[in-house]
Amino acid sequence: MFPLGIEPYLIGGIIIGLGVSIIYILTGLHATQSSFFTTTLSWFSKLPHFQDKRNIGERDWRLVLCLGLISGAVLYTFTLSPSGMFVTGVDPWRLALGGLLVGFGTRLSNGCTSGHGISGLASLSTTSLYAVITFLGFGIITAHLLEFMGVS
Amino acid sequence: MNARNITAYGGGILFGFGLAYSGMTRSEIVLSFLRLDDLGLIFVMGGAAVVTFVAINVVPKFMKAPALGGTFRPRVSVLTRNTLIGAAIFGTGWGISGLCPGSAVASLGTGNWPIIAGLTFMFLGAYLRGRFIRDGN
Repeated sequence: MFPLGIEPYLIGGIIIGLGVSIIYILTGLHATQSSFFTTTLSWFSKLPHFQDKRNIGERDWRLVLCLGLISGAVLYTFTLSPSGMFVTGVDPWRLALGGLLVGFGTRLSNGCTSGHGISGLASLSTTSLYAVITFLGFGIITAHLLEFMGVS
Repeated sequence: MNARNITAYGGGILFGFGLAYSGMTRSEIVLSFLRLDDLGLIFVMGGAAVVTFVAINVVPKFMKAPALGGTFRPRVSVLTRNTLIGAAIFGTGWGISGLCPGSAVASLGTGNWPIIAGLTFMFLGAYLRGRFIRDGN
């Protein structure tokens, strides 16, 4: 069940939670991730969905948050990472098709693993609880189907 | 840079560091969770949610408002059909790619260049949602 132990997972999760908490305590903002796509698209698309006042108001700090995420991962890569840089071996078609569904689905659902899974559950939102159960269920089924079909 | 953006950047560094430390920036580890070979991901989401629970539910009992202004408001939303349909589509994409938005972004910082394809298509998916699905339900 835990071939790599639970420590890296638990410690990593606590560090993520501290980052989200600091932002909330100082600013009241929920540092969630998938909204970033919608707010960033407001610079490029004139569609009313993207030009929503809330998207425009959030697009600067959400972009900066993502720059923070990248910086934090760079910091890890050059300090504690046992193996340095990492390049995935997952097939590009899986990254592309999966990415398309992730982008569409998280924006339709108004949340992802961080919006529903961390901030939503931490807010005791039943909506987020149902969303988490749903994406976990479909993720587990899909991964098993691909394994069953011999896709690696 | 205003105080809000500096805070978002600093908190984001912790967020990205934690994602990399926990292995969530590696699709392979996420996929091994979804195949139920390694259940560690539960501790990542759970650990982060418990810490954030304290920030959202306990800290406001001692502070009237966020230190830099704004208001404390828990992240609650109304359950709609789209919440669940979207979560099902997201879960399917997650199971195919092992990618979620935060981990994909942070993954760039580990030198994981093929993830650019995943992120490009995430933007396309988010665009298609705004282009073809009506808001407000």
